[in-house]
Amino acid sequence: MLSPAILTAAVVNGLLTGAVYALIALGLTLVYGVLHIINFAHGALLTAAMFAAYFAYRVLGIDPYFAVLLLAPAFFGIGYALQRFVIGPASHGDDRNMLLVTLGLAVVIENALLFAFRADTRTINLPYALNGIDLGFAFLPLPRLIGFVTVFVVTLALWLMMSATDTGRAIRAVAKEKLGAELAGIDVAHIYAVTFGLGTACVAIAACLLIPSYYVNPNAGNAFVLVAFTIVVLGGMGSVLGALIGGLVIGVVESLSSLFLGESLGQIGIFLLFIAVLLVRPSGLFGARA
Amino acid sequence: MKEFGAVAIVIIAMAVVPLLAVSNVTLNFLIVALMIALAGQGWNVLGGYGGQYSFGHAAFFGTGAYVTAVLQARYGVNAWIAFGLGIAAGALIGAIVGGLTFRSGLRGSYFALVTLAFAEVLRILASVAPITGAGVGTLVKLDLRPASLQFQSRAEFYWMILALVAIALFVTQLIERSRFGVWLVAVRENEDAAAALGVNAMAVKLIAMIISGAITAAAGCFYVQYFLFIDSGLAYGTWMSIEALLTPIIGGVGTVFGPLLGALVVRALGQGAQLIAGGEAPGLDLVIYGCILVLIIWFAPRGLMGGLSRLRNRLLFSASAAEARHG
Repeated sequence: MLSPAILTAAVVNGLLTGAVYALIALGLTLVYGVLHIINFAHGALLTAAMFAAYFAYRVLGIDPYFAVLLLAPAFFGIGYALQRFVIGPASHGDDRNMLLVTLGLAVVIENALLFAFRADTRTINLPYALNGIDLGFAFLPLPRLIGFVTVFVVTLALWLMMSATDTGRAIRAVAKEKLGAELAGIDVAHIYAVTFGLGTACVAIAACLLIPSYYVNPNAGNAFVLVAFTIVVLGGMGSVLGALIGGLVIGVVESLSSLFLGESLGQIGIFLLFIAVLLVRPSGLFGARA
Repeated sequence: MKEFGAVAIVIIAMAVVPLLAVSNVTLNFLIVALMIALAGQGWNVLGGYGGQYSFGHAAFFGTGAYVTAVLQARYGVNAWIAFGLGIAAGALIGAIVGGLTFRSGLRGSYFALVTLAFAEVLRILASVAPITGAGVGTLVKLDLRPASLQFQSRAEFYWMILALVAIALFVTQLIERSRFGVWLVAVRENEDAAAALGVNAMAVKLIAMIISGAITAAAGCFYVQYFLFIDSGLAYGTWMSIEALLTPIIGGVGTVFGPLLGALVVRALGQGAQLIAGGEAPGLDLVIYGCILVLIIWFAPRGLMGGLSRLRNRLLFSASAAEARHG
């Protein structure tokens, strides 16, 4: 019934989508690894970045792949400012408060977008969107191929930064032992904000990669972030490698399950997997025991 | 006993409102606010006293609503019985979700995430399952007789939801004064320390979650009796999860009257925003809710009740200081 060709195509497609999932999950896992909270505003920030990429193309005519260079630093700044001037001071150093503040921010951002742009769904058409490389057994659309490569470049850059720069070392120090890092003279509030900024920049890059092949509306980010939660939980909270592998795995699982089960049941499959992993092995497949 | 007296006085004062010739619009506003307060009272038992912050209380609200609606619409069950079973279903969901998550030792971020995921799974299931009416939703037949728990006038609905809120207030007051309540607060403040002192933290959290689920489900059951319709977005949508946690946090987490006070304030602000924006302004009320949530945590972490008690202390202090000066 299903030819191997369709199956291979589904797997390749899943890998291409999974890479972008992995990038979103990377931002989430980075913030969790250092601040030890789940950033519930991640999805809303993704939606905001998708709107930014959309208008950059529609109004200013900036190609989304070029817009990465503008939006990534811009969203780094937004993330930095949010953590430094809102989330940090508002939560008085209490984890539960931090969760609530990110939830509150998510509600504000999402509904401000709804208020401004209504529930309309928007898309852009790049002139080269339909170009691609035909491998014989599968067709690789150009936009998604660029996305795939970009994700690996970004991950590599992030890894280099974390292991070779002073800021990276400071981030790792704060993640491991906050009080000790503070005593050693590291400005923890600044490092928290840098980490949050990096997480937000990941989301901005993902938005630029998504916009050529997806649509944007005020809810668009949520679908991706729920998947990203699953990936992060699967890969282990705070694990970069886990996020990357988890993203690719989930991409393939989703692609195959919607091939066999249809769209909406495929979505439930991901949720059930998510709950099952949380209940059975909450530290994830790659994470250390919490 | 003084505390129970305070509950009784508030309830009696509120019960008189419909007799004061208020308009139907005002009454409708109060009914919805009380319904939200009830949902928030459920959240407050688990989140306020137990410190377990659920981001998915819509799971309970929606289950209560669907059980009440589906039993009446599809199986012709009497409304009173359906209402009771709806509350029981909420308690059951609380037992299942709580049993699974607390046994795996999920706390903080993880607990918030799992509860959110459960509400989402239920929402997707309800939007495809035939028994819930899938995308169309479920309608309950209009039958304005007390026997089917529907009333001719708004006032009677108002008293019904007020009675439910009153029960929840007494339950909360009972918890606060009981040994169980002390255990619950101990778990909130430091779970490991409480466990070391012999508190069965897992059982305490589970019981709190069951009570919490039952109370929030009651709000869902009432929703169906009042609006006679439910669909997956209304039942399990994020709006209910947000309002259920917003009301106690604004009013004062872990206080008896917090959710009630919070619900009235939140609803008034939401309505006000819609009025100012004039007509259609999708999302504006939620923008305001989100801002209030952040501002309250930032500047008044103990909510309005905390602010009130601080004000009272300051007044008492300055009065006694003045006395001391003159005396």
